[in-house]
Amino acid sequence: MAGKVPRIAVYKFASCDGCQLSIVDLEDELLEIGQRFEIAYFMEVTRAARKGPYDVGLVEGSISTPHDVELIKSIRKDCKKLVTIGACATAGGIQALRNWANVEEFSKYVYAKPEYVQTLEKASPVSEYVQVDFELRGCPVNKYQLLELLSALLAGRKPNIPTYSVCMECKRKGNVCVMVAKGIPCLGPVVQAGCGAICPTYSRGCYGCFGPMESPNVKSLATRFIDLGMNKKDVILTFRGFTGWSKEFREVDGLIEG
Amino acid sequence: MKGKVKTVKVDYLARVEGEGALYIKVKGNEVLDVKFKIFEAPRFFEAFLRGRKYYEVPDITARICGICPFAYQMSSVHAFEDAFGVRVEGPLRELRRLFYCGEWIESHALHAFLLHAPDFLGYDDALRMAKDHPDVVKKALFVKKVGNDIMIRLGGREIHPVSVCVGGFYKVPTKRQVEAMREDLKRGLDLSIELLRWVADLKFPDFEQDYEFVSLRHPDEYPFNEGRIVSNKGLDIPIREYEDNFVEEHVPYTNALQSYIKGRGSYMVGPLARINLNYDKLWDRTRDTLKSIGFKVPCRNPFKSIIARCAEIVYSFEEALRIVDEYKEPEKPKVDYEVKAGRGYGCTEAPRGSLYHRYDVAADGTVLSARIVPPTAQNQKRMEDDLRAMALSVMKLPYEKAVWRFEQAVRNYDPCISCATHFLRLEVDRS
Repeated sequence: MAGKVPRIAVYKFASCDGCQLSIVDLEDELLEIGQRFEIAYFMEVTRAARKGPYDVGLVEGSISTPHDVELIKSIRKDCKKLVTIGACATAGGIQALRNWANVEEFSKYVYAKPEYVQTLEKASPVSEYVQVDFELRGCPVNKYQLLELLSALLAGRKPNIPTYSVCMECKRKGNVCVMVAKGIPCLGPVVQAGCGAICPTYSRGCYGCFGPMESPNVKSLATRFIDLGMNKKDVILTFRGFTGWSKEFREVDGLIEG
Repeated sequence: MKGKVKTVKVDYLARVEGEGALYIKVKGNEVLDVKFKIFEAPRFFEAFLRGRKYYEVPDITARICGICPFAYQMSSVHAFEDAFGVRVEGPLRELRRLFYCGEWIESHALHAFLLHAPDFLGYDDALRMAKDHPDVVKKALFVKKVGNDIMIRLGGREIHPVSVCVGGFYKVPTKRQVEAMREDLKRGLDLSIELLRWVADLKFPDFEQDYEFVSLRHPDEYPFNEGRIVSNKGLDIPIREYEDNFVEEHVPYTNALQSYIKGRGSYMVGPLARINLNYDKLWDRTRDTLKSIGFKVPCRNPFKSIIARCAEIVYSFEEALRIVDEYKEPEKPKVDYEVKAGRGYGCTEAPRGSLYHRYDVAADGTVLSARIVPPTAQNQKRMEDDLRAMALSVMKLPYEKAVWRFEQAVRNYDPCISCATHFLRLEVDRS
């Protein structure tokens, strides 16, 4: 893609808006991004919507309605490269908690007239429906990783995004381990880096925004939580958060004995 | 009935947070139909909060909205503190106010200059506006960045900060860390005053309504976290009586409930409502600037909400500087409390308006029920009433201009559709 101005499209599905907002939160770089890319479709930012095809599509949010399914398929056709951004698009997000429940009961609990509401039984990552070229993790994404992604797209190279654990970042920051020193349950050992280990820096355990690292040992960590005195139900809740529906965390209840 | 049928349809409204649509139909001198539709997918927060632990709730509700996560954290934290009988005072309370200043600044600067101002000048977006008005956009981006910087310094990151918990914070900043913000805050204050003067010179459509404005009111301060819920038409209630006074209904074309005040109808929350009800609590430089631009309360022109929003940016800088100057490190990052069974209520002022939460919690801290009413659901009926009131005159404009004017009228409210869609409640007929 080097040399020409790539046409970019930004889409939103079920989500909080925080990941696409991260683009706008690049206050120092935003105007230059607007020059280096042709922002062809980005409803949050502009009412000028241009038709595809696009060179790159950035997708935020999880697929959770029949309409979403049709839309993501047509988006895939419109975009040469499709990149998902954030925990909702890459792992289903917090709304994937419904995947363990009865969505009809949920609908009745929240809505006065559930018959008006159209929804799928599960909220799913985009990759369950279409091929995805790259996934940027985080709840929200780290805006500097997003900038690295955009720079890589311009240069036609692969983005440099580490897949090691939060522990690596935490050690580099010089934090005292909250689990070793204070017995606070922390998902850091199995969660991908990217946030800057902010939770341990604030004296609390990691709660998993960036999803599973490469080859995580979930069983070992879950067992350690039990040894720290947590009951099985709370261990499951700890994993079942913003990236709970990721493949590696989804089955945690089967990994814990008792 | 004579006259041609004219319709305006916007299938996907731009420059708002989330997915919404507009539909307006008139025939001759009659408005046949007005709909502000929310088609964003439901996410069922209130349903899956049941069974979670109370201490997880602030982090979960933050995910309702990436633009105002701190507001969601605060309303839930206050609700649990109400249930457990906890009072947070002194420097911890001040830090919460400082945090709120950061969120108001970043959210208001985003909306006023990147989403709303382009409407007044006829640009599709702020990037195009920046080509002709680079100074304004650059100043606004700086102001927005300083707001985000407060969030980062107090919470680790600007979106979904991680420091907030029931009773206070997981960790609090040192005096030195807080003082490090001062220079940027001073510069931000000066720039925000220039920006407030700039928006005052925009051309405002001539449109006024007899609104019922609703916001928190506190005896000692411009409202963020606490106060009574008041209106300009006689409402004055404690937060726990919210559900006795406000009703919501579920209409077929939208995934959000519409609120109204019992026996009266639609109402407005947000910066214009707040400033009309709390003008006397603003700090001097905000009030002086408002006086010098000729802004008077009550202001009943919703297009001028951009002035109120920018005035609140100025106020937030003044308030942030006051807190920075007076800050003393708290002895402990959070106050001690005992978890107990009960019901708690919280209402705080999100950038877009009052945000109400109510929870039932079990003795072991498990959430039994949750109810959340976001500002956009409260404004939704009022937005439609505005569109209805202006429909006949706006329809006289050329089609493209009419569409744009309706869009602008919705953006007056800074709607946050992701928020509104998720919090709909189960029983409608309570009476």
